[in-house]
Amino acid sequence: MREIIGIILIGIGVAFDVFGCIGLIRLPDVYNRLQAATKGVTVGTWGILIGVCVLVGFNSLGVKALLAVILIFFTSATASHALARGAHKSGTKLWKRSVCDRYEEDRKNAKIKN
Amino acid sequence: MSVLIIILLGLCFLCLLRVALGPTLADRMVAIDIMGILVVGVCTLLAVKLEREFLIDISLAWVFLSFIGTIALAKYLEGKKFDE
Repeated sequence: MREIIGIILIGIGVAFDVFGCIGLIRLPDVYNRLQAATKGVTVGTWGILIGVCVLVGFNSLGVKALLAVILIFFTSATASHALARGAHKSGTKLWKRSVCDRYEEDRKNAKIKN
Repeated sequence: MSVLIIILLGLCFLCLLRVALGPTLADRMVAIDIMGILVVGVCTLLAVKLEREFLIDISLAWVFLSFIGTIALAKYLEGKKFDE
């Protein structure tokens, strides 16, 4: 029973990874690609790690998998935020059919210092 | 289990494809960041399949290395010095 639940969780994680990478390939813009790929791949890797923890139980491998879940929770969000900010400040253009750009408006009106 | 590992390695090759043909510099950095998170999943599945305990340690180290590399590349993209 525990093995079946673990394999199902790992399968759900791989499915999320597939959707994230399809988004990385097919979306038109840096920011769209970053948004789709980071969320999809982060949740997919959570699924794989929690599935491994369910599969092997609470030995050293399972606890290290849970530790990796907590680390990915913090590092992935921070890294994607830094990348989006750096890409916007280095002057990467938005897609030509994008509707609005609030960060650019705020920087023009000097509400944000840097 | 082997099928899932092969699917994940194929997704890593999709990320390398985006590195090869990404039009701007930020595209390539995003693809490298995503591939770092994918490799963590590959190493964890290999640790279960091959029953080698040390591969999960490699995946724990890979999280930090990917994070530090992405932060450094983002600082370079933003145009600041590293000690700022």
